[in-house]
Amino acid sequence: MNMIKQTYRDALRDGMSEEMRRDAEVFLMGEEVAEYQGAYKCSAGMLEEFGPKRVIDSPITELGFTGLGVGAAFMGMRPIIEYMSWSFALLSSDQIINSAAKTYYMSGGKVGCPIVFRGINGLGKMVAAQHSHDYTNMYANCPGLKVVCPVTPADAKGLIKSAVRDNAPVLVMENERLYGMEGDVPEGDDVLVEIGKARLVREGKDITLIGYSMSALQCEKAAEMLAKEGVDAEVIDLRSIRPLDKSAIVKSIQKTNRAIVVEEGYSFAGIAAEIMAVISEEAFDALDAPVERMSLKDIPIPYADHLEQASIVQADDIVKKAVQICK
Amino acid sequence: MAVKSAAKKKFNLVKSLHNQFTKEDLLAQYESMIQLRRFQEKVGSLYQQGYMGGFCHLYIGQEAVITGAKAASKEGDDFITTYRCHAHAAMSGISMEEILGELMGRSTGISKGKGGSMHMFDPDKHFWGGHGIVGGNVPLATGMAFAAKYREEDRVTLCFFGDGAADSGAMFESFNMAALWKLPVLYIIENNHFSMGTAKERHAAGEFYKRGEPFGIPGKKVDGMDFFAVYEAISEACEYIRAGNGPMLLEMDTYRYKGHSMSDPAKYRKREDVDGIKTKRDPIMQLGNVLMSNYKVKEEDLKALDKKAKEAVAKAVEIALDAPKADMAELYTDIIQSNGEK
Ligand SMILES: Cc1ncc(C[n+]2csc(CCOP(=O)(O)OP(=O)(O)O)c2C)c(N)n1
Ligand SMILES: [Mg+2]
Repeated sequence: MNMIKQTYRDALRDGMSEEMRRDAEVFLMGEEVAEYQGAYKCSAGMLEEFGPKRVIDSPITELGFTGLGVGAAFMGMRPIIEYMSWSFALLSSDQIINSAAKTYYMSGGKVGCPIVFRGINGLGKMVAAQHSHDYTNMYANCPGLKVVCPVTPADAKGLIKSAVRDNAPVLVMENERLYGMEGDVPEGDDVLVEIGKARLVREGKDITLIGYSMSALQCEKAAEMLAKEGVDAEVIDLRSIRPLDKSAIVKSIQKTNRAIVVEEGYSFAGIAAEIMAVISEEAFDALDAPVERMSLKDIPIPYADHLEQASIVQADDIVKKAVQICK
Repeated sequence: MAVKSAAKKKFNLVKSLHNQFTKEDLLAQYESMIQLRRFQEKVGSLYQQGYMGGFCHLYIGQEAVITGAKAASKEGDDFITTYRCHAHAAMSGISMEEILGELMGRSTGISKGKGGSMHMFDPDKHFWGGHGIVGGNVPLATGMAFAAKYREEDRVTLCFFGDGAADSGAMFESFNMAALWKLPVLYIIENNHFSMGTAKERHAAGEFYKRGEPFGIPGKKVDGMDFFAVYEAISEACEYIRAGNGPMLLEMDTYRYKGHSMSDPAKYRKREDVDGIKTKRDPIMQLGNVLMSNYKVKEEDLKALDKKAKEAVAKAVEIALDAPKADMAELYTDIIQSNGEK
């Protein structure tokens, strides 16, 4: 496959644009997506290509334009609703959970909702508590939704394309710190990434490090550092939280017999807790050591840089913990 | 702020207000405004030098709104605003050192380094933040007014928010409740003509000041670049509210000179538009002109106040920079207020 080097934001933009070329019923709506080219420039050039009928600047009314998107999806359209941040999408969580997720079931399968909700999630840089929160677990908790967390540019493109084509409501959790990162992206209009499949980042035999979104990057970094200490770590990027790729997790644990789950979210009823439950239910016999989790500090995220950094799991911390477990 | 009692009466013509203030009162207002301006400029340059991070929203151009509001309100009235809060915090009596300390993540910061640019509070000074979610502070203000009425206290809540926030459902829901229960709240839309990069014409249908009409909330459009106009409108509105009539709505026609936040180059508007407002409607220039024409103040006197403001800002920066970084132990404090704590 031919690869091109692209940033995450450009890959995302290309994924959306390709789907809009393919299907005239796809439109993009959100704050600053059109004339401003996206608050984080993720829709650069799209207004120019598709015009104001399909790339639409909304007022700051998340509840309203989310409901509007869901209503249009009921009619069979395929909206992409962008949030400037999932922190602001809390206002629309009613429409996402009560309308988008549940109507298909409540209507006995008569009313579908093929919609994509996307935007930045989790921590940024020094933006304080109201703008720093990972909502993955909150939405993944809800049947009727799919939730994905692309980390690489290739996954950003492949998953946004799958999300648009999916008949279910799909939430794409991005991160501001990922937008500028570059990576290889396969060329071609029809390269999809399947929703529900984890990404094996690195093979190893001593311990499995499991992460998603930013924490997958920390795991990868930690694995490189661990290699120098003689620990051969396998790294799994969950990539899709709901549906969850349980078999990828179980397969890895059966090989390494040890695991650390890392998250840039809160531990209480969080994603790591869910992964630990899966391991305990489906791979308990394979374990040589208790599974550990490393989560965001259990505090509202502070503004000051040094305080903020202290609340995140750092690669060093993962290394220390892994060495301890493997000893 | 002490204002001649005559100035508290109703005026139909803003111009007639010009001679109702003592020279000293007005000079004090001028000093507040120029200090806010110099302070915000300094914050902008410190940000660019890397002394702070995250989102940082400056108030340059909008100074007459908060200055006029403070002068027209009474001691004990409550103020609440959005993330664009430095000037509101300063006018509530939070020191520049405490604001800068917060911006630079120091132990002396008003929120101990945990809130940052968008989240500053001081209830003792009747300043209730500093809120990051657009529209979110409007219901909060409504609740504060609810408490004041419930307790039969003579307090008006002044709630500031932007033209973008004025589209939010939260605002309309608040209007309904405040009108229904005649709550003592003054809603002040600071219409700076942009909701981030989206011009008013592209995000809002109709007129902001009329948005309370269906609920019976009187509204008025005010020249928010004119200290006297702001002063008069807010004085009247507070009087109306204090008389038990329920909420009022004021739309302040104002303008922000800088980008939405430090990361916004503001390419969505023409330089000439900004320059035109700066040269014709600047709030500090306008007040300066009144001082010179009606109060025999000399240009040198105004320049001296500017110099004084710059010195005060410089001093505050020095103090803020001297303070230690926010204490690591602060990570785990203030999460849950324990029972028995006041
Ligand atoms: C609910 C919500 N949506 C989006 C944002 C991002 N955001 C922050 S400020 C802003 C523009 C607000 O404009 P306006 O209300 O006019 O206030 P101004 O910044 O001009 O003072 C946006 C979109 C947010 N903070 N909260
Ligand atoms: Mg505005």
